[in-house]
Amino acid sequence: MSAGHPEAAHGAHEARHGAHHDPHEAPHGTYESYTRGFVLSVILTAIPFILVMFRPIDSAGYTAAIVLACALIQILVHMIYFLHMSPKAEGGWLLLSTVFTIVLVVIALAGSLWIVYHLNSNMMPSMGEMPNIERPYDE
Amino acid sequence: MAIEQHIPTTFLFGRLTWEAFPIHEPILVATFAGVVLGGLALLGAITYFRLWGFLWKEWFTSVDHKKIGIMYIVLGIVMLLRGFADAVMMRLQQALAFNGSEGYLPAHHYDQVFTAHGVIMIFFVAMPLVTGFMNFVMPLQIGARDVAFPFLNNFSFWMTVGGAVITMVSLFVGEYAQTGWLAYPPLSGIANSPYVGVDYYIWGLQVAGVGTTLSGINLIVTIIKMRCPGMTMMRMPIFTWTALCSNILIVAAFPVFTALLVLLALDRYVGTNFFTADNGGNPMMYVNLVWIWGHPEVYILILPAFGIFSEVTSTFSGKRLFGYSSMVYATVCITVLSYIVWLHHFFTMGSGASVNSFFGITTMIISIPTGAKLFNWLFTMFRGRIRYEPPMMWTVAFMLTFTIGGMTGVLLAVPPADFVLHNSLFLIAHFHNVIIGGVVFGLFAGIQFWFPKAFGFKLEPFWGKVSFWCWLTGYWLAFTPLYVLGLMGVTRRMRVFDDPSLQIWFLIAAIGAGVIACGIAAFLIQIGVSILRRDQLRDTTGDPWDGRTLEWATSSPPPAYNFAFTPVVREIDAWWDMKSAGYVRPTSGFIPIHMPKNTPAGMILAGLAVVCGLALVWYIWWLAALSFLGLIGYAIWHTFNYNRDYHIPATQVTATEDARGQLLAGRA
Repeated sequence: MSAGHPEAAHGAHEARHGAHHDPHEAPHGTYESYTRGFVLSVILTAIPFILVMFRPIDSAGYTAAIVLACALIQILVHMIYFLHMSPKAEGGWLLLSTVFTIVLVVIALAGSLWIVYHLNSNMMPSMGEMPNIERPYDE
Repeated sequence: MAIEQHIPTTFLFGRLTWEAFPIHEPILVATFAGVVLGGLALLGAITYFRLWGFLWKEWFTSVDHKKIGIMYIVLGIVMLLRGFADAVMMRLQQALAFNGSEGYLPAHHYDQVFTAHGVIMIFFVAMPLVTGFMNFVMPLQIGARDVAFPFLNNFSFWMTVGGAVITMVSLFVGEYAQTGWLAYPPLSGIANSPYVGVDYYIWGLQVAGVGTTLSGINLIVTIIKMRCPGMTMMRMPIFTWTALCSNILIVAAFPVFTALLVLLALDRYVGTNFFTADNGGNPMMYVNLVWIWGHPEVYILILPAFGIFSEVTSTFSGKRLFGYSSMVYATVCITVLSYIVWLHHFFTMGSGASVNSFFGITTMIISIPTGAKLFNWLFTMFRGRIRYEPPMMWTVAFMLTFTIGGMTGVLLAVPPADFVLHNSLFLIAHFHNVIIGGVVFGLFAGIQFWFPKAFGFKLEPFWGKVSFWCWLTGYWLAFTPLYVLGLMGVTRRMRVFDDPSLQIWFLIAAIGAGVIACGIAAFLIQIGVSILRRDQLRDTTGDPWDGRTLEWATSSPPPAYNFAFTPVVREIDAWWDMKSAGYVRPTSGFIPIHMPKNTPAGMILAGLAVVCGLALVWYIWWLAALSFLGLIGYAIWHTFNYNRDYHIPATQVTATEDARGQLLAGRA
């Protein structure tokens, strides 16, 4: 779609609406898919709220784990139903860029946690902590 | 808030008072006088020659990617003069400050000079030049009419200018940061840097960063969406490939820097403790995050330079690039690997052996794809018919210089060696070796190579060669002594020295800086001489170097619409393929061409951003709020401007193409 031909591109765009064959066409949601996405996100939001407000599970650890799991599924729901991500959308570019982004975010987060954790364990201990210093790298 | 207790502020002017103007510092007053006189002369000349309307209509408001690219390059060259002046001041100070002498720069001033040098050279010289080349060359190489979002392009450019303006204002109003170019806390925190220096740093880079990120998005979309028919990914010119990877790095890395500066600003403005030394803050986290941006940043700069060298090598060897696909894969590998090496910038921070060895090894690995590229260039030259024109001279000099810089880099990647050499002049010599020997040489090769495409006449080669030899010898004179000094343990950013035996090395380095100054002067003379002799140097063919890629298929300078008909590509080196297949230029059947309209909106938005930035620096809250609201309001208002396009009528296209036909016929 060149900037030189926005008009021509618009025409083509409208023509394509009928047939969903062009892999480069930006994907569209339907009324049904938006509803499904909306209902799913409401459920996925409600579950953590219920878990935290009424505490049906005693263990804080399990509660946190389920809340995080709901958050991850929520991200997927948003990507599929609202951002219309699918392996075929935009000729595969959408999937590729998503994977790339996830890889970089994981590298940055995991790397930073690793580095700073390691760094803190090497800091000079304050008087209170002196007896039991943790030194994870000392094998 | 703790801040207001220390610094008296008034409602109208915040903390801006008459003391902010450094009238008691003779160096600054002389500089200011020079800038004012030079500025008045320039404005007077523009007025005298009645150029205001021309500049406004043809350049400032233009959304043409070629003009924006040229403006980026002009910005980079102007800022190079400022950044280089800082470098000369440092070399002079360090050469003088021996045997009890304090040199001529007080510590407060010297610290600002080395900070400004780093910031300006990276953000306002290297970045605009690289972005400028990507803007000018890439759309031509892929056979597009313009970038995907022409207005956004203009806006990005003016935001970059805005950042440069904020940074330059600090020279005469207040002060600049004294923290070094990455403003590490706790030194850059409000407790240790209470005045405006770091705030100038933050807002200058935030404003410029908006431009950089948006132009990154713009250029990625252009490459993915606007390639001409037949140009599959694996038929794209190598420069376009490196531009794609470089912009992916920009889009992925710059938000980290933006977020980081926001956190630092919160620490300084509202008393949060993200990076403070106490109250639970962690200054090491700043160092960690700044290099998650900072390491990709060096590849953002070098990848397009690699692209330029690839184009130059194959053109001036008269051969197709050796190992095209390995070049592409090497570029993509570097793009990903550049994200897993950042800790090598702070091996000595205190992480243990396992962390350091992981990042040491990844750093050594990243030199492999870079080495593969070097062999590709050498094999391209092998048995080629090499023409040693200025672009090729820069390229060969790059191969020699950059290899040494790469080797000292791998040396620094070994953590135990780094513990000895970190923060020393050895490091300074290393990164100047790769940035000057890689990025700067690449940009000069690019200027010599594409100048005829941009302006329709070649650069005069004699002064180009003078400039080249001065830069090359000057570089080695200026930085080899720093390798030596670094090995002897001299740390960076020192202002005075005790050991008189070191002085000779600093004197040699200062002479080197003088030789580089001659190189810069020769470059400016080269441009002047070329303009005067433009009729002899005229390029009527549009293809002065016997080029291989599509930008050489159109006229020099290209018409506003680039190509009358969108080219169709069958091969790598599309234009070479078209020439060998006996391509005949179409001379009739032109149709009207749909083009985007010029707009002043980018300039207005960037102007408001500059006002907002300066108001935040000086705590002038009412002005900051007003200009920020103006910025948002104007941006929204601009989205309702539907009058954005026009058609170049077919008759005008025909006239332009006929004129070119006559030019081509006149040559034959």
